[in-house]
Amino acid sequence: MNAVFIDLTYLFASILFIFGIKGLTHPRTAVRGNLLGATGMLLAVVATLADRQVLGAGTQELALILAGVLLGSVIGVTLALKIQMTAMPQMVALLNAFGGGASALIAGAVLAEVDDPTMQTAVATVVSGIIGSVTFWGSLVAFDKLQGLMLPDHPVHFPAQQVGNGMLGVTALGLGVWVLSDPSNLAAYGLLVAVASVLGILLTIPIGGADMPVAIAVLNSYSGLAAASTGFVLNNDILIITGSLVGASGLILTLIMCKAMNRSLMNVLMGAIGPDSGPAVDADAMYAGRVKRTSAEEVAMLFDGARRVVIVPGYGMAVAQAQHQVRDLANLLQSRGTEVEFAIHPVAGRMPGHMNVLLAEANVDYDKLREMDDINPSFEQTDVSLIIGANDIVNPAARTDPSSPIAGMPILDVDKSRTVVVVKRSLSPGFAGIPNPLFAADNTLMLFADGKRAVLDLITAIKEG
Amino acid sequence: MDAFLALLTIFMLALFVGREIITKVPPLLHTPLMSGSNAISGITIVGALLSVAAEGLVSTILGFLALVLATINVVAGFLVTHRMVGMFKKRD
Repeated sequence: MNAVFIDLTYLFASILFIFGIKGLTHPRTAVRGNLLGATGMLLAVVATLADRQVLGAGTQELALILAGVLLGSVIGVTLALKIQMTAMPQMVALLNAFGGGASALIAGAVLAEVDDPTMQTAVATVVSGIIGSVTFWGSLVAFDKLQGLMLPDHPVHFPAQQVGNGMLGVTALGLGVWVLSDPSNLAAYGLLVAVASVLGILLTIPIGGADMPVAIAVLNSYSGLAAASTGFVLNNDILIITGSLVGASGLILTLIMCKAMNRSLMNVLMGAIGPDSGPAVDADAMYAGRVKRTSAEEVAMLFDGARRVVIVPGYGMAVAQAQHQVRDLANLLQSRGTEVEFAIHPVAGRMPGHMNVLLAEANVDYDKLREMDDINPSFEQTDVSLIIGANDIVNPAARTDPSSPIAGMPILDVDKSRTVVVVKRSLSPGFAGIPNPLFAADNTLMLFADGKRAVLDLITAIKEG
Repeated sequence: MDAFLALLTIFMLALFVGREIITKVPPLLHTPLMSGSNAISGITIVGALLSVAAEGLVSTILGFLALVLATINVVAGFLVTHRMVGMFKKRD
């Protein structure tokens, strides 16, 4: 009876998770959806505490459970409340890491506990160990890069990258076979985890900063698949259901991101874009004598006669923490009768949806945040497009130059608006390492400044003008 | 083998359910989707609880470490998602 009750609770919790994600299909229902998910989790935990194995455990084990939950909760609450919205990519990278790590640890624990595991348990343990360790260390590398700690932001290439990783992968699988043939040998599992950990690190190091949205989505998917695999280890339905939901979510986001860069997943994972790829276009020749510098006062005058303004935020806005000033500027323009909208490219920023969260934090109405396909046709009727900290996602070379490394990537068609104002500190290239013909276009004005400073100056100039 | 096939069936069907609902999540909410999915993938907390309670020191230690990680995922995941989705507002 007890077991049936627990399984039914798990089933109910799974349904709550599904409705929870469904709530995220609209901002109006998102808060409720998240609470439904949290309720499901609480029920699942309570049901597990009623399991005979937990009820029958010694006081020492019960004390450890209490300690673990308390410790995890304190760290979790601190992280969730302290983290800045601009640092959300790092946060998700950490959570991916913990998910993968937990799965690999549980698989190891089961291996240590069960004397004679079934083939299913043993195989699933190997899978959890490999995917979990790759996810854990890969995500920590991603975290390091996003936080700007030790590893460089740009793509890193090292000799024999593919061959070396391939050999590590094969070694991990070979160790997996060893674990299957001798499940009681924990050293074999430990070695497997060690090799998979090195693989996770080496797989993520080549990936550059602007490709992080893809890397994070892939690792998100892995952490889900590791959880599902751990479900097979434990013969547990709710882990399998939840793990596959998360796995599917990460995979779908991955494919959306790749499509938004017109690159294959393999190409991104190999770190195949960067300063050393593609034929070099001479930036000096492109810009010489054609780049027009402007001032905040001049742009304020442009805004004066503008009926429609589109703001295009990029990673630079996040770095400058300028989202609140951008909001003030948008409100000011709106109060003067100008229509203002935001154009959000799917890969703007360092993770899927990054710009939306920042602008929502700054209290920008979500109706004003428009997706690329949705807003692109309207640029021809736009008087001023204001670009803040974005580069490659507005580079018309993607449309016009078939030899460009970003050829075919869907971009925001800002060059079709009457005037383009680019807020940028210098003419330095974006992540793809290529010059941007937009900066030299006849209808483009460059406002060289830090993002936050420039927007503040614009606000002052408009008020004084 | 029967039990495995039943689990495999659940796995495959859940993948399809996931695909159906997640393709309907707008890009606007992709960041909360990621943090929220991390929160529910903290369901490994269930496995961690069982491992801590299991016989044997090694299982208990590994289970404890997993319990801490999974609890962080659950607590931080739901809380930070709550913070984020509360920011998406519409004024008219």
